[in-house]
Amino acid sequence: MYAKGYRDLGTPAPAARTLQGPRTMVTLEIDGASVTVPEGTSIMRAAALASRDIPKLCATDSLKSFGSCRLCLVEIEGRRGYPASCTTPVADGMKVRTESAKLTGLRRNVMELYISDHPLDCVTCPANGHCELQDMAERLDVTSTRYGLAGANHHEGEHDASNPYFQFDQSLCIVCSRCVRACDEVQGTFALTIQGRGFASQVVASAHEPFLQSECVSCGQCIEACPTGALLEKSVVRHGTAERAVTTTCAYCGVGCSFDVELKNEQVVRMAPDRNGHANHGHACVKGRFAFGYATHADRALKPMIRAKITDPWREVGWEEAIDHTAREFRRLQETYGADSIGGITSSRCTNEETFLVQKLVRAAFGTNNVDTCARVCHSPTGYGLKSTIGESAGTQAFDSVMASDVVIVVGANPTEGHPVFASRLKQRMRQGATLIVIDPRTIGLVRAPHIAADYHLQLRPGTNVAVINALSHVIVTGGLTRDAYVSERCELDSYQKWKKFIAEPRNSPEATQSITGVPAALVRGAARLYASAPNGAIYYGLGVTEHSQGTTMVMAIANLAMATGNLGREGVGVNPLRGQNNVQGSCDMGSFPHEFSGYRHVSDPAVRGAFESKWGVRLKSEPGLRIPNMFDAALDGSFKGVYVQGEDIAQSDPNTNHVTAALTAMECVVVQDLFLNETAKYAHVFLPGSSFLEKDGTFTNAERRISRVRKVMEPRAGFQDWEVTMLISNALGYPMRYRHPSEIMDEIASLTPTFAGVTYEKLDRLGSIQWPCNDEAPEGTPTMHVGTFVRGKGKFFVTEYVPTTESPSAEYPLVLTTGRILTQYNVGAQTRRTENVVWHSEDVLEIHPHDAETRGIADGDWVGITSRVGSTVLRADVTDRVQPGVVYTTFHFPESGANVVTTENSDWATNCPEYKVTAVEAIRVAHPAEWRARQEIDLRHTIHA
Amino acid sequence: MNVERLVAMVNDIAAFFVGEAGPGAPAAVANHLRRFWDPRMRSQIVEAYRSDPSSLRDLSDTGRAAIAELSKET
Repeated sequence: MYAKGYRDLGTPAPAARTLQGPRTMVTLEIDGASVTVPEGTSIMRAAALASRDIPKLCATDSLKSFGSCRLCLVEIEGRRGYPASCTTPVADGMKVRTESAKLTGLRRNVMELYISDHPLDCVTCPANGHCELQDMAERLDVTSTRYGLAGANHHEGEHDASNPYFQFDQSLCIVCSRCVRACDEVQGTFALTIQGRGFASQVVASAHEPFLQSECVSCGQCIEACPTGALLEKSVVRHGTAERAVTTTCAYCGVGCSFDVELKNEQVVRMAPDRNGHANHGHACVKGRFAFGYATHADRALKPMIRAKITDPWREVGWEEAIDHTAREFRRLQETYGADSIGGITSSRCTNEETFLVQKLVRAAFGTNNVDTCARVCHSPTGYGLKSTIGESAGTQAFDSVMASDVVIVVGANPTEGHPVFASRLKQRMRQGATLIVIDPRTIGLVRAPHIAADYHLQLRPGTNVAVINALSHVIVTGGLTRDAYVSERCELDSYQKWKKFIAEPRNSPEATQSITGVPAALVRGAARLYASAPNGAIYYGLGVTEHSQGTTMVMAIANLAMATGNLGREGVGVNPLRGQNNVQGSCDMGSFPHEFSGYRHVSDPAVRGAFESKWGVRLKSEPGLRIPNMFDAALDGSFKGVYVQGEDIAQSDPNTNHVTAALTAMECVVVQDLFLNETAKYAHVFLPGSSFLEKDGTFTNAERRISRVRKVMEPRAGFQDWEVTMLISNALGYPMRYRHPSEIMDEIASLTPTFAGVTYEKLDRLGSIQWPCNDEAPEGTPTMHVGTFVRGKGKFFVTEYVPTTESPSAEYPLVLTTGRILTQYNVGAQTRRTENVVWHSEDVLEIHPHDAETRGIADGDWVGITSRVGSTVLRADVTDRVQPGVVYTTFHFPESGANVVTTENSDWATNCPEYKVTAVEAIRVAHPAEWRARQEIDLRHTIHA
Repeated sequence: MNVERLVAMVNDIAAFFVGEAGPGAPAAVANHLRRFWDPRMRSQIVEAYRSDPSSLRDLSDTGRAAIAELSKET
């Protein structure tokens, strides 16, 4: 069941690109009217575009035409028979009739057959009013069947309710295969099939298993495709079909899927992926589509609270008292310890307008540049690395660009888990013939999946990214595979020559680096040649690149590689950071980093600072402020005393939890604004209730620089949207903010930020979304950046010497722990843990290779104690060869698993992004986890006090 | 702030610029610290450099040269 109100054109548009050049248009006649459409369009789609909807059941415009239901038959002048309009392409001069007595008769025959095996109790069906079978029966005036209802049927067919979010009712299934094709073509999981033949045909998951136990990843695409109520959300069964829909943007990962939130009264019935969504084209994942229940979860903290000491119980207060208390405390701290003794942290989960306002509050009302964002601990090296090399702190492409790629490198990212909708697009392209190179310590899902396999998997040791990419570049440079004409035209030649000389040195060869990286030289050589020889080579990367001591160096090395091979500045190529959270790109764009204003302009630039001072009416500081890790260090040395944290759980997500909590404990006023009393709130003096994405207006900017609207679908449960709370604090501090709507904040952003100069809410509503830069030169945005020239002018190569991390394994800590995400959970889990997604993942586990497990006497499911140089925790073992010997892996979605108790403060040289991906640890089997954990804590305290 | 931590951070920055900037590495490191470090962090390591250079014994040569350059400014 597609989104309410969506007009389905029956078959997809023909591919936009042809090798033959510009698209050829075809003119035909449909029911007497002249219609001109691109060559390759089906008659069904052409008719729909001309407002002549042809009856259909097995066709939908998200799937290739199938020609199974025979309802869409038409007559074509000069042709015999009644071809299916979904599988018949248009031709010049063709004359088509979509309606005739004969066609109606044929269609009614088909409908009678369908209805003879379908329950006729539409009134009690949960899909009543939103069912294509019902619509077709009504349109063809079929209310009964000549075949009677007494024969064999599937009315008592199986009812699979195993999945927490949707059900499969076989009695309602018409075996049109739309669900099977959606799982294959769109999602790429191939979990569904039609089992049996003829009358016994039925849809089954995997080898006829319950959906929950099958390979199904619960993306919901089968539900979206189902024309009846056979596959349906349980929430629709519970609440009924929706009455209205509001289009908004998902608040999970950086893909930024567009959804229609369907409502009945004020009740959210379901999230239907928006087929007009520019990032997702109607696709979704288990989080975005289903895991929205946290917004109304009983754990939501809805009252402001304050307390004098963190050991005191919370006291519920009104908003006025909480805001006055906050302002008073911050002013007291500044009067006592100085203006720079306080700061703020913005969140990549909040809107652009909210993050802009928090950094404005800090810079203008607090009078300090101590503002940072949680992007510090994920993609800050992307900002530094890409700004230095190509001139802009952002990915270069639109997601759709991957459909024009020939070779794709995925490095340090796990898209099927972290960015599933993009992963599906990539898999579509791979099934069309593109090849893939995976660079990752683990055997991630893309290495081998149904109908795809990576040509190369460079399974490197964690922490050796730079050595691997230098070796790839070495092969390209020494093998004469660089595109020197491109480089000569577009890059700084001095930097290129210096880099070439460095990279050609034998120590960077695959053979020399093999002992460092663990990757066989032959694989590196093959992968390098493959990428360099591709007409279009694209690189997609994630936190496995950035969260290292050489995160920034690696980002620069990626840019070097792309420039040297001419793979920047057109569709199908590029350097593309996959952002972990919904608004990582936006929070960085909005000036959340302590050293720069919105649009990545340094605070020391007098012209830029002057513009902000003029607009904001205050003097602003020209020196950078503290980064998040620096705030912790400064708190421990007594120079940083208070912080306003909006929508970020630093106590769970930042490394070395003991260090973070010690820093928080040392502060005198910690203000947490969040949906839940999170881990950080345990150390807070003020709690201000936050608002979920369903309760606010604003915008998010996804990983492809796409600005999309977030629209309020319910009133803020605690009374205020987050941007309003920031305004209250500012006003209480005596720095007035008077915005009536986030659109006014966006107007201010546009007036101060050249890359956003042309962005307005009116334009966003009109275009659906906008990829920045959006200004006079690009009034409708910029899908592909660096076309013709780089943003910085000439691209700059940097020498990227491999420097081993100091967090190296030792006899005491012989294993390397690396961390990541799982599909069904999100980041610190605050949202997804409060949904039924826990059915799939209810605890973090430790992946350990069978060899390492055996030598330690660890069996699958055993409790394992993990100890690093800074802390210990206990997790259950998952013995698997997804990890290589010497490497263990866990996720960080549950606070009790304490993944960040063991990670260290080691960080990227340029940005202080923590090195989450490399922690030296030892793992031992533990019989009594609670006792072991307590003993370790005592040992740690002794170590600290010693 | 913990000077040992600041020294480790300067060494990491220096390790990059030694390769990238060669003889210009100290200046590049100093510039990086100016652009990205909060003034109190710079002051603290400069103060340690001035008052007790032995506390910076783990500072790399490039890092030391960079801090020396910064120390001339304040």
